[in-house]
Amino acid sequence: MTRNPQLNRNGELQHLLTIDGLPREIIAAILDTAEPFTEVAEREMKKVPLLRGKSVFNLFFENSTRTRTTFEIAAKRLSADVINLNINTSSTAKGETLLDTVDNLAAMQADMFVVRHASSGAPYLIAQHLAATDRDHIHVVNAGDGRHAHPTQGLLDMYTIRHFKKDFTNLTVAIVGDVLHSRVARSQIHALTTLGVPEVRVIAPKTLLPTGVERMGVRVFHDMREGLRGVDVVMMLRLQNERMNGALLPSPQEYFKYYGLTPDKLDLAKPDAIVMHPGPMNRGVEIDSAVADGRQAVILPQVTFGIAVRMAVMSMLGGM
Amino acid sequence: MRIQITNGHVVDPANGIDKPTDVFIADGRIAGIGKAPAGFAAEGTIDASGCIVCPGLVDLAARLREPGFEYRATLESEMAAAAAGGVTSLACPPDTDPPLDEPGLVEMLKHRARLPEFAHVYPVGALTVGLAGQRLTEMAELAEAGCIAFGQANRVILDTQVLLRAMQYASTFGFPVWLQAQDPYLARNGVAHDGEVAARLGLTGIPVVAETIALATILHLAQETGARLHVTRVSSAAGLEMIRAARAAGIAVSCDVAAHHLHLCENDIGYFNPHARLDPPLRSLRDRDALRAGLADGTVDALCSDHTPVDDDGKLAPFDEVEIGATALELLLPLTLKWATEAKLPLARALARVTSDPARILGLDAGTLGVGRAADICVFDPKASVRITREHLKSQGKNTPFLGMELDGEVRFTLIEGHLAYSAPMG
Repeated sequence: MTRNPQLNRNGELQHLLTIDGLPREIIAAILDTAEPFTEVAEREMKKVPLLRGKSVFNLFFENSTRTRTTFEIAAKRLSADVINLNINTSSTAKGETLLDTVDNLAAMQADMFVVRHASSGAPYLIAQHLAATDRDHIHVVNAGDGRHAHPTQGLLDMYTIRHFKKDFTNLTVAIVGDVLHSRVARSQIHALTTLGVPEVRVIAPKTLLPTGVERMGVRVFHDMREGLRGVDVVMMLRLQNERMNGALLPSPQEYFKYYGLTPDKLDLAKPDAIVMHPGPMNRGVEIDSAVADGRQAVILPQVTFGIAVRMAVMSMLGGM
Repeated sequence: MRIQITNGHVVDPANGIDKPTDVFIADGRIAGIGKAPAGFAAEGTIDASGCIVCPGLVDLAARLREPGFEYRATLESEMAAAAAGGVTSLACPPDTDPPLDEPGLVEMLKHRARLPEFAHVYPVGALTVGLAGQRLTEMAELAEAGCIAFGQANRVILDTQVLLRAMQYASTFGFPVWLQAQDPYLARNGVAHDGEVAARLGLTGIPVVAETIALATILHLAQETGARLHVTRVSSAAGLEMIRAARAAGIAVSCDVAAHHLHLCENDIGYFNPHARLDPPLRSLRDRDALRAGLADGTVDALCSDHTPVDDDGKLAPFDEVEIGATALELLLPLTLKWATEAKLPLARALARVTSDPARILGLDAGTLGVGRAADICVFDPKASVRITREHLKSQGKNTPFLGMELDGEVRFTLIEGHLAYSAPMG
């Protein structure tokens, strides 16, 4: 198999495309680098000059407010110039291909592309194209591609877990919900298994699990109560609206009853278990408000840490 | 023109010949093997030292892209590829634009392909108008125009009643029906085998049951209608097992696999390699091994290239948006040899799968070096390795997962009805 294009020949991070296959040392380095950045946000002067003079293009082919904003804040706190481009898929229909768009922006002296795209693998296509045209100095950060990966989300989740639980090697973590369609879940699973979490569980009805998911190193549960028993971390996934009524699930009501995180189900987890969610939440569909706003929820710290982790990734890629 | 091919090793599976000997050609036909016919005086000789002399390859599926997709390939470019690949007869699927659903289109294609250096072209006619799966085509007229079978390429007939009628009608005239087995609902939006790799890469999967369910339908309909069924591009172990069982139950069914599926599996998608986007999808290693075993034991009748030239832009997109298919006319022989070597098969048995066996499915008197038959011949050096590069490929499509690889088996000469259609550049 060919080399993963996200690492250069020396095994260093060239792009951040996926957590799958990312060495543990690099994940740890990103989390360590993020640590001091959490403190930057608390300063009067919320900026460091690590990316001064660099141009970061937020290239969003799929709608996102939250992720784009956090990347924008992260880049600005690193003193980079940030250009946001929301390219809805209709402009692709107008004729310009993804790579034409990339070439045009690269000609505007981009130093980094932060890419979100509805197709799995789109950031790989961009990275491979840049390599094939000798523009390796431009870095690509995957901000979510199809169902494939959302590595910065996975990393900020690891940062959050490390912050609250310190050690990964004695944890039981449950990921609950639509794993099939979730790039977040895939990145979480790879990150957790790489960092040595001994038991990663996925909890979902069979219609929301990919074929052979257990080969990614997880234990599969269909009964949420059973799956939550004794866990240290509960990672909820967002259920997209379009999945709620149809051939995957009969209704949001039934989903909430069997797979929604309610206080009584959470009681089965360890008393100090933390509850995470990548946002935006569907209250009353995958998570009860009492849990979302409860003492075990760390959903808002996730957002805060997300900026620090994205600063870490961008500074490691672009600050060399 | 009288030609003598000397110093070669003749492998002719159809006639059980496998020995060093000479081939004599007169007036475009095989005039003799081993000994010259009385009064034969060669006007030209071909030195086949170190080479295998075998019947020209017969490919059950090569897209020539005409009419309609000339930006991807033309008859000229793909016929050059066929000759360079030692392919002397080929069947082309009806998924052109417009599809091959009218006699005029078929006549035009046959006419365009009528040059002496071009491989014999056998169009597969559309089973339904526009391949839309609703109205039957004028099959008898199409057959008169030159269609040797009827099929849907990789479009499906959703309406099983139409499918039943189409098979009934075809069987009325004894026309073979070629169908690919893939349930469109189970394959909906799918771009890769529904397995470990698709799960990891977040690609929408096409499960094996998409093949087996469609296969069950067409096998039952073949039994019901008595149609001569040929299943194209079997991709899974389970599908192959069903065909084996159907045969044992007395259903007349043949099948083929594509050369890519003999060598590659889902893992070859790697990091979204667009050249591994194929239809049917590359399946698991276990499926691949079952196809190899099935081809060796005869459950699979023939190996085809499933040649599908795609322009470069068609492959420069995210995996789920790229054009499907790979160029393969020039790879069919080396991939057959690679399989034979890896499976430790006698060369004659392997070559039968790309010569006499596909000829039988096409109902042609081809793929043989029998005396009196057309002198369609491939002379190749089995030990010479070829590096598959864009420059090397004659096909207009440069899209192959084997790009950059070295494969054994270099075609030296291709003869079509005794006419030298290709000779390898010297040195």
